[in-house]
Amino acid sequence: MKNKKINFQDFGALIALILLVVVIGIFSPEFRTPSNFLSLLRQSSINGLIAFGMTCVILTGGIDLSVGSVLALTTALCAGFISNGMPVGVAMILSLILGTAFGAISGFMVTKGRLQPFIATLITMTVFRGLTLIYMNGKPISNLGSSSLLKFVGKGSVLGIPFPVILFIVVFIVFMFVLEKTTFGRRVYATGSNAQAAKLAGVNINKTKLITYAISGCMAALSGLILLSRLGSAQPTLGDGYELDAIASVALGGTSMNGGRGRIWGTFVGVLIIAVLNNGLNILGVSSYYQDVVKGIVILIAVLSDRKR
Amino acid sequence: MQIEMRGIDKSFGSNAVLKNAGFLLDHGEIHALMGENGAGKSTLMKILTGVYTRDAGTVIVDGQEVCYQNPQEAEKAGIVFIHQELNVLFDLTVEENMFLGKEIKKAFGVCDKKAMRQEVEKILDKLGVKIDPAQRMSELSVGQQQMIEIAKALMVDAKVIIMDEPTAALTQSETDVLFEVVKSLKAKGVSIVYISHRMEEIFYLCDRITILRDGSYIGTKKIADTDMNDVVKMMIGREIGERYPVRDVKIGDVVLEVKGLTCPGVFKDVNFQVHAGEVLGVSGLMGAGRTEIMQAIFGNMSHVTGSLYLNGQEIKNKSPQAAMANGLGFITEDRKVEGLMLEESIMKNISLANLGKISKAGVLNKQEEKELVQKGIEEVHIKCTGPQHECNNLSGGNQQKVVFAKWIHTNPKVLILDEPTRGVDIGAKKEIYNIINDLAAQGVAIIMVSSELPEVLGMSDRIMVVREGVVRGCLAKEKANQENIMILATGGDLDEK
Repeated sequence: MKNKKINFQDFGALIALILLVVVIGIFSPEFRTPSNFLSLLRQSSINGLIAFGMTCVILTGGIDLSVGSVLALTTALCAGFISNGMPVGVAMILSLILGTAFGAISGFMVTKGRLQPFIATLITMTVFRGLTLIYMNGKPISNLGSSSLLKFVGKGSVLGIPFPVILFIVVFIVFMFVLEKTTFGRRVYATGSNAQAAKLAGVNINKTKLITYAISGCMAALSGLILLSRLGSAQPTLGDGYELDAIASVALGGTSMNGGRGRIWGTFVGVLIIAVLNNGLNILGVSSYYQDVVKGIVILIAVLSDRKR
Repeated sequence: MQIEMRGIDKSFGSNAVLKNAGFLLDHGEIHALMGENGAGKSTLMKILTGVYTRDAGTVIVDGQEVCYQNPQEAEKAGIVFIHQELNVLFDLTVEENMFLGKEIKKAFGVCDKKAMRQEVEKILDKLGVKIDPAQRMSELSVGQQQMIEIAKALMVDAKVIIMDEPTAALTQSETDVLFEVVKSLKAKGVSIVYISHRMEEIFYLCDRITILRDGSYIGTKKIADTDMNDVVKMMIGREIGERYPVRDVKIGDVVLEVKGLTCPGVFKDVNFQVHAGEVLGVSGLMGAGRTEIMQAIFGNMSHVTGSLYLNGQEIKNKSPQAAMANGLGFITEDRKVEGLMLEESIMKNISLANLGKISKAGVLNKQEEKELVQKGIEEVHIKCTGPQHECNNLSGGNQQKVVFAKWIHTNPKVLILDEPTRGVDIGAKKEIYNIINDLAAQGVAIIMVSSELPEVLGMSDRIMVVREGVVRGCLAKEKANQENIMILATGGDLDEK
């Protein structure tokens, strides 16, 4: 039974990942050190958290282009709160709540406003980015004090494992559980697979969709906290283009852009592929101009090899 | 044009779909092709028209052995296949659809709209249908779309037209128009291959009938020399007995009462009751508002006024969820669009309407799920490899059984069935009737919307007839017959007769 469940869609990305690691590892001794792998995982956590939220949205047949802007706006607000003397813990929690709310706004536009997800989140993407610039007046916020909690989120580690990596893996397990084992997960898949049938079977598809956008916003905010901690400041252009890496990871993981089909662990593998590419190409000294081209080609090959039949 | 197909074999992988299939089509006849779903009717026609290539056998057209490589070649030879799922582009106009890929062009590839308009009008005229060539396809009824498909066939001067379930989505009056057109085509020497499950139509319309079973040729009969029982026996290789199994259920109290249900512009002041253990048939022409009334009762329509009473208590069905919580179930008209997640397993489909039952605090209990689904599969006899079987790979009848299994386990007090046997073959139809009877015996109140009059008459205790959004009458089983239903459905009055 177990064997049957693993289908080739999952394998394609996994094989691509292993190949990449092996090939880059052969060329670069620096790449294959344990400490590099840990830092690679830490780098991937930023995109990873966003990509998990994105997976939920895409599974319902939507898309969330606003994640990068939500990340920027929530980190800006969080940094602003802290620099105005709010306790760091409170500011962080507030930031997550705001991220959830910002995501819910996109969700509301998609469900009640009946806008196409692409358009709705294109609007929120633009507006949130604009609000970020207005709030920061175009300048970074860096007087964040010396809170150890803030430092820990991005730079701390437990038993030698960076905290962002732990967060990445814990969130991954939570998402896997929610999507595979809960009624909410089943509703997410059902909404993307056949919204009309799901509705008539008693699924509140609007609520389901709205929640996925809220989750996506929350994940973007969480990812933003890690960035804020690592950089020690909030930047108005933070998170620019992150939605593309997240979408690429989801696609690499074999999730259908039409919704209804896909696995969260495929996204996990997709995130690692992107991270290995970024890290590996840097170590190999490939010019950043070429990196994007190589990335695009690898995504193309992986997605083509994933195709059924 | 004469066509002879002999000894046709075709396999997909290890799956032999046709074994020694064939038939003989004469000039200017209407030839029915019958068989259960999966008997190979469509495959045989796809081989004739070059969609598939045959593994063995011969195809002889007007004395010449042929092997068309693609549908275009067959079309050039005058053989056109009108598929069940119509091949139309909804956002284009009638004209653009008809000339798709064969536009009349002037210099530099500019379309000659005037010439095309004339051509379209000429052909529509010939067919005797009034359709504006500039209308978008999506604005036409299914019947009109069908006419456009036939017009397309005439445009290429077809000598043989193959129709696959042409009346599946048509109203009675549209069907009548179609039959007139088919007969006039026959009179002009065009041969028609007519694939259908509807016995009555075939006996009314066709000259000869060829039966396939399990991919093999069984026999050909003249309509005049055979009867329905004979044909059914040939189709399934055994007798099925009564087409509509008898139900012996004592009808109980009123379960659902609908009062003054109104949706402006769609239906008006709908009142009726259904009793426990009763099957209420709902008849009417397509577009009469039957489906909409049912959708409204199930909470899937907005701007609806009126009241619903369940066992005497008023209920509000604001959404399908609320309706389910109130004990209603709804098997929709179109299982592919509204009933099933086709790419998902039987298991996920059955459990979707039962998520609350198989979970605790939102966490699914996989064991309970498996048991529920297994039970569902056994109860309604779904032929499959197991709970993980993808619904796409099931026959229409088995897909419909999955939908039934999904709803049975919600323990509905009222079950609404909208066209429960559409696109389902005869053997599976009877199984579905048996399921309906079992449910009625358990005291479920059943509302069955159906466009097939024999089915409504054979299965219902009472028949409610809807016309243009208004309930025109409710006939007791003893008083109902095809004639008085049609009189009510088309606007006549029974008293005047």
